[in-house]
Amino acid sequence: MNTAAYASRKRKDKIIKALCYAAAIFGVGWLCLILYTLLANGLAGLGPHVFTQMTPPPGAHDGGLLNAIVGSLIMTGIGVGIGTPIGLFAGTWLAEYGRHSQLTNVIRFVNDILLSAPSIIIGLFIYGAIVVPMGGFSGFAGAIALAVIVIPVVVRTTEDMLLLVPVQLREAASALGLPRAYVITRIAYKAARSGLITGILLATARVAGETAPLLFTALSNQFWSLNLGGTMANLPVTINNFVNNPDPNWKQLAWTGALLITVSVLTLNILARTLGAERKPK
Amino acid sequence: MSMTATAPQATGTLPPNWPDPKSIKLSIRNLNFYYGTTKALKNINLPLLTNKVTAFIGPSGCGKSTLLRILNRMYDLYPNQRAEGDVLLDGQNVLDPKLDINLLRARVGMVFQKPTPFPMTIYDNIAFGIKLYEKVPKSELDGRIETALRSAALWEEVKNKLNASGLSLSGGQQQRLCIARTVAIRPEVILFDEPCSALDPISTAKIEELIDELKSRYTIAIVTHNMQQAARCSDRTAFMYLGDLIEFDETNKIFTSPSQKQTQDYITGRFG
Repeated sequence: MNTAAYASRKRKDKIIKALCYAAAIFGVGWLCLILYTLLANGLAGLGPHVFTQMTPPPGAHDGGLLNAIVGSLIMTGIGVGIGTPIGLFAGTWLAEYGRHSQLTNVIRFVNDILLSAPSIIIGLFIYGAIVVPMGGFSGFAGAIALAVIVIPVVVRTTEDMLLLVPVQLREAASALGLPRAYVITRIAYKAARSGLITGILLATARVAGETAPLLFTALSNQFWSLNLGGTMANLPVTINNFVNNPDPNWKQLAWTGALLITVSVLTLNILARTLGAERKPK
Repeated sequence: MSMTATAPQATGTLPPNWPDPKSIKLSIRNLNFYYGTTKALKNINLPLLTNKVTAFIGPSGCGKSTLLRILNRMYDLYPNQRAEGDVLLDGQNVLDPKLDINLLRARVGMVFQKPTPFPMTIYDNIAFGIKLYEKVPKSELDGRIETALRSAALWEEVKNKLNASGLSLSGGQQQRLCIARTVAIRPEVILFDEPCSALDPISTAKIEELIDELKSRYTIAIVTHNMQQAARCSDRTAFMYLGDLIEFDETNKIFTSPSQKQTQDYITGRFG
């Protein structure tokens, strides 16, 4: 055996391993630092008032984030509510009806572009398509912008998850005389269920923290408002506004808002992970 | 393509040893099959007799599974697959494009190589198919499910855990669940596509026993790579090679004194 060559290979192995470790620690380190900063700065301002009071005017010493939290929940809810069925049906078409169609590749390609499109472009698009014609910023336009972001995420996960369902299962269902739609909704959806839910949760997490698409659509608002036709308060834009202001009260609320968003996104991700892990031991 | 309700009198002349039409459940006549432009089956003529087990043997790629998948139009799920000729089920052409495929599949059931229980309870695996075609009260449904599980020799093993997932069963049990599911919707023909190739010898023996029992009520076709299996559980055997039907006769005759040299070579293990 050529011991010199072997020793050199062993050295290289060690170097590569060390580089991988270093890169991993470097990457995760920043994430920990972000979480630590958020906790350190955000926890100080956390209290019941955050959930009971409206966003304060500049110079005030009280106030909370209630209107922003509710606005975010409403717009995220409507956005996911509109985007999910469209995404599910489109993903189903790609994986089932259009599986052997040429068009599928084109749609998948376009969907992938939409998936990685900067969200500010989607915000601008909705600004041009809805805000301008309707004559003003609105919560409705914000929800639509979020829906446009949800769709490609759900399309992608739906297609991927349905493609994981074995062909044999579909054949077995068809062999019983099941019409195509039944094979899909009663068998394939069932087999892919946790994956489909995971996709929707991840899409929700993705839009929960989006700022750019709301900046041009829902704008924000200092007051309590459930009117989808007018501007609507929301956490991301509120944070964006508050953090750029020297007012210490606003700064504190911005940190707390950021902590809230991060924790809810983290929760959604953990939930999605748990659901995803459930289907593994099969 | 003509669709006649009368006796099979399709194109071409019948082979000399063609049996009495009244004893035929499925009549395959002048059948050609194409995957795109590749011809996978060449002018197949073959009768499947009522309440008999017909086995299809031959080396991989000979077209035996392809042939089976024509009988319930399984190939329809995929593009660029095309059949020509006639397959008459009680005189009705299975290949008629106007035929309701789902009703056909309810009459011609299929059990696959890999057990494919649905991701639901054992009970629902069987109830699912029944509820698709019939509206039955709960008490009757329970009875139907017990009967189906009994005829698949699975009842004793699962009667106390009908609400467990179908996926929790062993491979052999899963395959019998699939048979029960097929039987439950009361088909007339059952197609077995290598039903034992993923199973251990004990499960295989159980399925073979089952096939023997089922033939009193159904017409059965089985594709197998296992020649002993064909010899054990079939009445008639078809030997196929490269898309041609080389020989078709009583199973006894095929395995003791085949008339074709290729058949002889294959069953004695000289090729394939």
